[in-house]
Amino acid sequence: MPIRFRLALVPALTPAVALVAGLPFVNRLEPIVFGLPFLLAWILGWVLVTPAFLGLAYLLDRSTSAAEDGDGR
Amino acid sequence: MTTPLLVILAFILVSTVVGVIGRGRGAMNLERWSVGGRQFGVILVWLLMAGEIYTTFTFLGASGWAYSRGAPSFYILAYGTIGYIISFFLLPPLWRMAKSLGLHTQPDFFLARYNSPALAGLVALIGVVSIVPYLQLQLAGLGLIVHTASGGAIASEVAIIVAFALTCVFVYTSGLQGIAWVAIIKDITMVVVVVIIGIGLPSMYFGSVGQMLSELVRRHPSHLTFPGGTTTMGVGWVISTILLTGVGFYCWPHMFASAFSAKDERTIKRNAVIMPLYQLPILLVFFVGFTALLVMPGLKNPDTALLALVMRSYPAWFAGLVGGAGAVTAMVPASMLLLVASTLTAKNIYRPLRGGAVSEEQLMRASRGFMLLIAVVALILALWSPNELVKLLIFGYDGIAQFFPGIVLGVFVRRITARPVIFGLVAGEAVVVSLIWSGHDPFLGMNAGFVGLLVNALVTLLSATWGQVLNHRKIHDPRPDPIT
Repeated sequence: MPIRFRLALVPALTPAVALVAGLPFVNRLEPIVFGLPFLLAWILGWVLVTPAFLGLAYLLDRSTSAAEDGDGR
Repeated sequence: MTTPLLVILAFILVSTVVGVIGRGRGAMNLERWSVGGRQFGVILVWLLMAGEIYTTFTFLGASGWAYSRGAPSFYILAYGTIGYIISFFLLPPLWRMAKSLGLHTQPDFFLARYNSPALAGLVALIGVVSIVPYLQLQLAGLGLIVHTASGGAIASEVAIIVAFALTCVFVYTSGLQGIAWVAIIKDITMVVVVVIIGIGLPSMYFGSVGQMLSELVRRHPSHLTFPGGTTTMGVGWVISTILLTGVGFYCWPHMFASAFSAKDERTIKRNAVIMPLYQLPILLVFFVGFTALLVMPGLKNPDTALLALVMRSYPAWFAGLVGGAGAVTAMVPASMLLLVASTLTAKNIYRPLRGGAVSEEQLMRASRGFMLLIAVVALILALWSPNELVKLLIFGYDGIAQFFPGIVLGVFVRRITARPVIFGLVAGEAVVVSLIWSGHDPFLGMNAGFVGLLVNALVTLLSATWGQVLNHRKIHDPRPDPIT
C-alpha cells in the first residue's frame, strides 16, 4: 500500500468520524446556531466542510503521487 | 381533469419527447440501450449520477419523514457524505480494474476478481432483488403525485398503474442516452423548485425559517432530537443507519458501475470532493416537512405532506410544476433502475445459465422481457404491500450494503478468495431477512441491515483466516504469496 494512501486518509476520514461519533453528545436543541437546533446544525456543519477536507486529501494525494510519477504510475 | 394534473402531464410529455430525441438515431442493441454505447462524456455520466441522487425519495420520502419522524430523518442529510468519502478511496482502484479487465457490471467485477461464477450470480441476484423496493418506491411516489394532484379524484391504485405505464413507455422509447438528457431537465427543475418552496413555505406561514423552527420546538419539543416522533429510532439507530447507508451508497449496482464510465481517476476524485454539496437541497426539503407538520397536522399518509402543502399554498399551475418535477424525478431513476436490473438479469444470470451460447439479439430480447417482469413485480408490491418511501429505500440498502466486505477486500486485499466472501454475504443476508421478517428491526437499537453487515464482516474475516490456517496445514499451497 503506497504511503500517500494513508496520508490522505487522515483529512478525508475526519469529517465522517466527527459527524457520526459526535451524535450521542449533540442530541440536543441548544445552543441554536444560525436559527437551527444544535443537532441539525452539527450534521449540516460537517456536511458543509467535508469538501474542504476532501480537497485537502486530494492535494495530499496529488503532491505525493506527483513525487511518485517517476516510476511510471 | 384538474389544472395541476394537466401541467404534470404536459411536463411528462415534454420530458418523453426530449428522451426520444436525446437517444439519437440508429439501431438499438443491448450495449447502446443499457450503457449508452459506452461513449458518454464525463458531464453526461455525472449528470446521470446526480440523477440517481435526487429521486422521489428525496422529494417526498425525506419530507414525509421530517413530518412524521422528525430528527431520525436527519440521517438522509448525513449518509451521502460518508458515501462520497468512501468513494474517494474506493472508486479510483475500481476504475483501474474495470479499465484493464473490461468490466461492465457489478457482477462482472466479482467474476473477474474472485473467478467465481457462483459469487457473481449471487451478487447479481441480490442486486436485482434489492432494486425492486427502490423501484417500488419510485412507482409509489409517482402514484402519490398523480393521486394528490387530481385532488383525490384518481384513486391511488389507479395512479400507481398509470405511473407504471408511464415509466415503461419512457424506458422503452428513450434508453439510457435519452434518460441522461431528461435527467438535466429534472435536476434543474428539482433544485429550483426545492429552493423556492423550502424557503418560501416557512416564510409564508411563519415569517422565516428560523421562526418556523422555533414554533416547531415550542409545539413539538421532542421532534428535533432523536428519537423524534418515534420510540425506536434513537442515537444507536441513527448511527447504524448512517453507517449502513453510507457504506452501501456505492454498493448499488448502478452507482458501482457508474465509476466504470468515467474518463479518468482525477475526475472521480474531484467529483467526490464536491459531491457532498449535492446533499444541501435535502435540508430545504426537511423545512417543507416541518412546515407541513405545523400547518396541516394529522395527514393520513405523511409522504403526501410536501405535495399537500404546496397544493394548499400556491396557485394551481405552480403546484402542477412541482408535481411535474416530482413525476420526472420518479421516472428517471425508475427507468435507470429498470435498465440496470434487466441488464444484470440478462447478462449475469440468464446468459451463464444458458451456457454462454446466447446471441446479442437474444440477450437484448431477454433484457426487455426481464425489464417488464421486474417492473410488474414492483407494481404488484406497490399495490399490495404499500410502505413508507424511506422504509423501502432502507430495505434496499439492507440488501446491497452486504456487498461491501467483498468489494473492499477484493480491491485492497489480494489474498482474499471467493469462499469467505460468499459465506459472509449469505450470513449477512440471512440475518437481515430473518430480523426484518420476525419484526426485530431495529435490533438492540440498531438498524437490522447494520447488524447483518457486522455478522457478514465477521464471518468473512473468520472464514478467510480459518481457510488460510487449513491451507497451510493440509495442502501446502505451492503458489507464491502474491503480496510478497
